Amino acid sequence: MAAVLQAAALLMGSQTDIKKFRLRSALRSAPVRREGFFIVRTDGRLSATSGVMPRRAKLIPNAVAVKADTTASSAASKPGHELLLFEALREGLEEEMERDPRVCVMGEDVGHYGGSYKVTKGFATKFGDLRVLDTPIAENSFTGMGIGAAMTGLRPVIEGMNMGFLLLAFNQISNNCGMLHYTSGGQFTIPVVIRGPGGVGRQLGAEHSQRLESYFQSIPGLQMVACSTPYNAKGLMKAAIRSENPVVLFEHVLLYNLKERIPDEDYVLCLEEAEMVRPGEHVTILTYSRMRYHVMQAAKTLINKGYDPEVIDIRSLKPFDLYTIGNSIKKTHRVLIVEECMRTGGIGASLRSAIIDNFWDYLDAPIMCLSSQDVPTPYAGTLEEWTVVQPAQIVAAVEQLCK
Amino acid sequence: MAAASSLIKFKSPFCFLLLRRFSESPAEPLTMETSLPFSAHKCDPPPRSVTTSPSELLSFFRNMTLMRRMELAADSLYKAKLVRGFCHLYDGQEAIAIGMEAAITRRDAIITAYRDHCIYVARGGSPFEVFAELMGRRAGCSKGKGGSMHLYKKDASFYGGHGIVGAHAPLGCGIALGQKYSKEGTVTFMIYGDGAANQGQLYESLNMAALWDLPVVLVCENNHYGMGTAEWRASKNPAYYKRADYVPGLKVDGMDVLAVKQACKFAKEHVLQNGPIVLEMDTYRYHGHSMSDPGSTYRTRDEITGVRQDRDPIERVRKLILSLELASPSELKDIEKEVRKETDEAIAKAKESPMPDPSELFKDVCVESYGAEACGPDRKEVKAVLP
Repeated sequence: MAAVLQAAALLMGSQTDIKKFRLRSALRSAPVRREGFFIVRTDGRLSATSGVMPRRAKLIPNAVAVKADTTASSAASKPGHELLLFEALREGLEEEMERDPRVCVMGEDVGHYGGSYKVTKGFATKFGDLRVLDTPIAENSFTGMGIGAAMTGLRPVIEGMNMGFLLLAFNQISNNCGMLHYTSGGQFTIPVVIRGPGGVGRQLGAEHSQRLESYFQSIPGLQMVACSTPYNAKGLMKAAIRSENPVVLFEHVLLYNLKERIPDEDYVLCLEEAEMVRPGEHVTILTYSRMRYHVMQAAKTLINKGYDPEVIDIRSLKPFDLYTIGNSIKKTHRVLIVEECMRTGGIGASLRSAIIDNFWDYLDAPIMCLSSQDVPTPYAGTLEEWTVVQPAQIVAAVEQLCK
Repeated sequence: MAAASSLIKFKSPFCFLLLRRFSESPAEPLTMETSLPFSAHKCDPPPRSVTTSPSELLSFFRNMTLMRRMELAADSLYKAKLVRGFCHLYDGQEAIAIGMEAAITRRDAIITAYRDHCIYVARGGSPFEVFAELMGRRAGCSKGKGGSMHLYKKDASFYGGHGIVGAHAPLGCGIALGQKYSKEGTVTFMIYGDGAANQGQLYESLNMAALWDLPVVLVCENNHYGMGTAEWRASKNPAYYKRADYVPGLKVDGMDVLAVKQACKFAKEHVLQNGPIVLEMDTYRYHGHSMSDPGSTYRTRDEITGVRQDRDPIERVRKLILSLELASPSELKDIEKEVRKETDEAIAKAKESPMPDPSELFKDVCVESYGAEACGPDRKEVKAVLP
């Protein structure tokens, strides 16, 4: 019975597809009213708009090794080594420090203590106190010093012991990190990496459960990526260090002990690329960081219920990889965004507006966005659980979208 | 570049003639006494006798006159609405930029706040690039994207022009960290004002600089007013050279270019050996804080005229040159005329310089590496309606 229904649904889907296609082609041939619009490419060239832009040749990922999607996939058969997410970060950082003497680490307790989440464990003895600089508790100033050092050509990796503490350094991150390249007319580059654990942990209270990506996203000149697996943690860490731009690398406090087998050979990921976690046909679920696991949990239920969701870890929080996202929307025509960020002014809000701007014609249903509640994260376990999106909500949302 | 070299050396044949007339060799050393002694905190002050030369004194006179002329011209341009936004003028404080530059090399770094036009010129930038930037032209030193507060000159280690009071203090200490890291043997001069001296981040970064013996000189340009608030109304202890208790300090007459030169030379040697030092330069700005401040509500006209008459840095050098008979009054007048001509030409050229191209809007937001493109919140290409 279910199979029959599913087949019917597919048929219906394909019919609407055909209709949509006709409608779209009609729209295309009609004179477009956005004649006054130009696409200004960042290299200064102007070109008239023509719907969805093709992917630039430059955006080919720099990954040497290509990895199959999910974390739990057949590990035993593959070569490589198994490690935890924080160890992957450490490995990436260590390799870059060995490769380039200009790479250095600074932050609270990164040296002799070994890093509050052990990402820099053993570095002080290996690289010395100047390259692994233990700073006093003065986030604003040590972030500023990292930026100053970057202006002279160093490539500091600045660790915020907790992302929430970086609010003290907001002025440095915004005015100096993000804007200095522009205000100096391109004279200075700020190749820093700002990284640290954020997100809702286990009853850490309001200040230590922050998702700063919503605050940082409007800073021009800043790039933001969120890692979610040991594989992409290492690849993004290395890419962030090699990038000439200031990059904020978001780690999640609950993902540090995630285990995965990663390749032995050297690889670097693209900072502006989303990761296809699970290809599917019915609905595009866009997510990042820890919510990826809530989505995958919900996906299991959804598959059992006969849905075929496509799950994308957007990974690059700024700029969004609209190529991957757009291709998926063109296929599924339905979008669900699942994030841990705040509902108001969060990544989901920006993503939704970007999708509406660029892929409106392809949508068959309103975009749904599940975000954390707009409350200071409460301490009590049950309240905290209600603050962030749970798998059951994701299942319900997909069911509603695909009705 | 031509203007840059004219700043440092005497290009005009007139100057060489003039020097030959009054001294056998323009580089022949002269020893002068600073008018005021240095006050030291936790260090031995440098001697009051400063070595200079006739050519150096004449270059001081010429460069300070150029700066003064430039700032007055910026004032008129602002009133003519060719310069907009913020504009903070340096007139009165020229001796600090000049004296500092005389004591260090272009590999030593300087970073300052928003009162930066003259520091940029002292570092070898041309007045044309300053005016072009002030008028938001393509040829400006930051391509017209920075404005008055954002002048930078990377090739001469000038790390800018920063708009937030005190927020460049950590950057300055970070530059010194970079210098120590790469074992260059160079130092950083981080210039801040008496207003910024009450910013917490200054002391945070000074703590780290002292902890790690970074080669940074904290230069407090004390012009006695943080915008319109007199120092004694904002600081419990306005002796800024003593404010960083555990870090040595030196109070310098910032209106005496030779004292500034001596102090900076001393400070450079000190920081390479012992870590940071604070130099408090006692100075005065004739203009208001910025163009919106007439500069007369919180201080008296008499006070300003008094400083102009008794302590003006340019008049001081003029008197020195005349008393040593290094040049005649009319020859100094000729230098002033030459400087005025140079400034006027720079302004005329800047006025003719085109505005930035619309495509420049998205350039320099991000460096293109690893495919990084424009970083709107969401896209690799940015849609925009252009005029």
